[in-house]
Amino acid sequence: MQSLVGVLFDGFAYGMLLFLLSVGLSVTLGMMNFVNLAHCSFAMVGGYATVSFMNRLGWPFFAALAAAFVVAAAVAVVLERTLYRRLYRASDLDQCLFTIGIVFISVAAFAFFYTTELQSARVPEYLRGAVQIMGINFAAYRIFLVAVSLAMAVLLIFLLERTQFGATVRAAVDNQRMARGLGIDVDRAFMITFALGGGLAGLGGGLAVEFVGLEPTFALTYLVYVLIVVAVGGLGSIGGSFVAAAVLGISDMAGKYFFPWLGAFLIYLVMVALLMWRPAGLFGKR
Amino acid sequence: MANASSTAARYFEGQVRWRPLEIVFWLAALLPFVVTPAYLSLASQVAITALFALSLDLLVGYAGLVSLGHAAFFGLGAYSAGLLAKHFWNEPLSGLIVAAALAGIVGYLLSHIIVRFRHLTLIMLTLGIGLLLHEVANSATWLTGGADGLQGVKVTSVLGFRFDLYGRTAYSYSLATLFVCFLVARRIVHSPFGLALRGIRENALRMPALGAPNQAHLRKAYALSAAMAGVAGALLTHTTSTVSLEVLSFGRSADVLVILILGGAGRLYGGILGAIIYMVARDQFSGINPQYWYFWIGLLLVAVVMFLPNGILGGLSALYKKSE
Repeated sequence: MQSLVGVLFDGFAYGMLLFLLSVGLSVTLGMMNFVNLAHCSFAMVGGYATVSFMNRLGWPFFAALAAAFVVAAAVAVVLERTLYRRLYRASDLDQCLFTIGIVFISVAAFAFFYTTELQSARVPEYLRGAVQIMGINFAAYRIFLVAVSLAMAVLLIFLLERTQFGATVRAAVDNQRMARGLGIDVDRAFMITFALGGGLAGLGGGLAVEFVGLEPTFALTYLVYVLIVVAVGGLGSIGGSFVAAAVLGISDMAGKYFFPWLGAFLIYLVMVALLMWRPAGLFGKR
Repeated sequence: MANASSTAARYFEGQVRWRPLEIVFWLAALLPFVVTPAYLSLASQVAITALFALSLDLLVGYAGLVSLGHAAFFGLGAYSAGLLAKHFWNEPLSGLIVAAALAGIVGYLLSHIIVRFRHLTLIMLTLGIGLLLHEVANSATWLTGGADGLQGVKVTSVLGFRFDLYGRTAYSYSLATLFVCFLVARRIVHSPFGLALRGIRENALRMPALGAPNQAHLRKAYALSAAMAGVAGALLTHTTSTVSLEVLSFGRSADVLVILILGGAGRLYGGILGAIIYMVARDQFSGINPQYWYFWIGLLLVAVVMFLPNGILGGLSALYKKSE
């Protein structure tokens, strides 16, 4: 009982981390059809920012997380304004190669400045250890991670469904040309969304340091998981990303725990089968 | 009508004619025997990578199908050649044919799924299938040796020539195979079928309106490309007498795509040129520090996409046309 609930919860926490890492990519991909494989590099920026602010400048954990969000968002905006916007009309292949080039550069740059060692940051005392609920132990940090992710999901859904800005974004995702025709400033909406998505990835990267560890290959390792979440969840769908991330996290953890000899086989198989059945993802419209 | 068909015939003839530069290029491919005899093993690696890139060019450059999992077919060829040499016989030429047939059949079967999709779904499907095969080879230790690689592959000679320490036989063998496959690829892209593929790449909606069976063409292209990638994989097995799990890795799929784009996709010599530049540069630089190597490759990719959309070869040919 302990192991089953424990594995399910750990998987859910892992899924929530994947949700934070991928939700920005899902929305920006839905809007501009821009295949940004460097999305996890933003997460890495956030992760290393957290480590730097805490270990070198001595900031508290929460301040460092907020800073990670801001730094990653800033990096995302700068990249979008200077480089990405030239490639919106380029082919899938060019976009893939360009952004994979950015990933390679970021991997090498972080390896140069921070070495290839696993980074660590000391989280506050009350986030370590375990909490006992109904006789079952839960890691405090994972409860915190789930709480933050759920809060972010609620905030995002509110932003997208209930505000003027959200309506703009939804219009642009549904039909970009029509939205432009109605006088909506799609470029500006996209820039803000891109910053938000990059920031959320940065926050995810900051939270990942304690949970899954941080090293320069982070951007490549988690790229596949993030792409699976986006493709299976459907482009531009926050609910879809949430469900896909939770399912992926739980099945990955459960697979590793209960069927270790299968490795990642099960996940790839499920992804291929799902995409064959619903090419636009579980909740995608196109 | 007769006039139109004779124009078409002349067009094809003009395309097929061998240019002097091409002949010079293939003669220059013999230079390593005399100029850099110490680097013949590297030269054979370059030839194998060039063949792999050429096979991907049929898909990416001519048919316009992006693939992030082409190593699947390279690995299939490598493993089938290795298993054949280990358990049955070690005559390499028949090994090449078996590898090509197996990779081609698997490619044809998979193409029924793959060619129906576009954009992100296509990228994710090819990536997923590649990763899936990697996992299968990793878990099936009894067959493939898993992460330790396939041990005990012994290919000692080809057509009576023994594989020597300096790689003289290995390079001759790889280069000859590359040349034969190149002739096949050249024939394919200059045929009406090749022209149809380019038509599909340029406009996937108009071609069926002209009566071209899009999906059947793409499936055929996929099978041909997979078979050629299988030959490249088998060559690697024969010249190195071992198969590591790396032949199926995502890194290999990504590398070959980088090589092709660097050299210039949609041009027969693009992948070959890219392979020469990439492999020689990696040989020279990665000794210093592999991390820096990825930095330069990343920078090069960004620069090529921004400033040289048709790769190095495309840039060169534009320069040549301007100077004329």
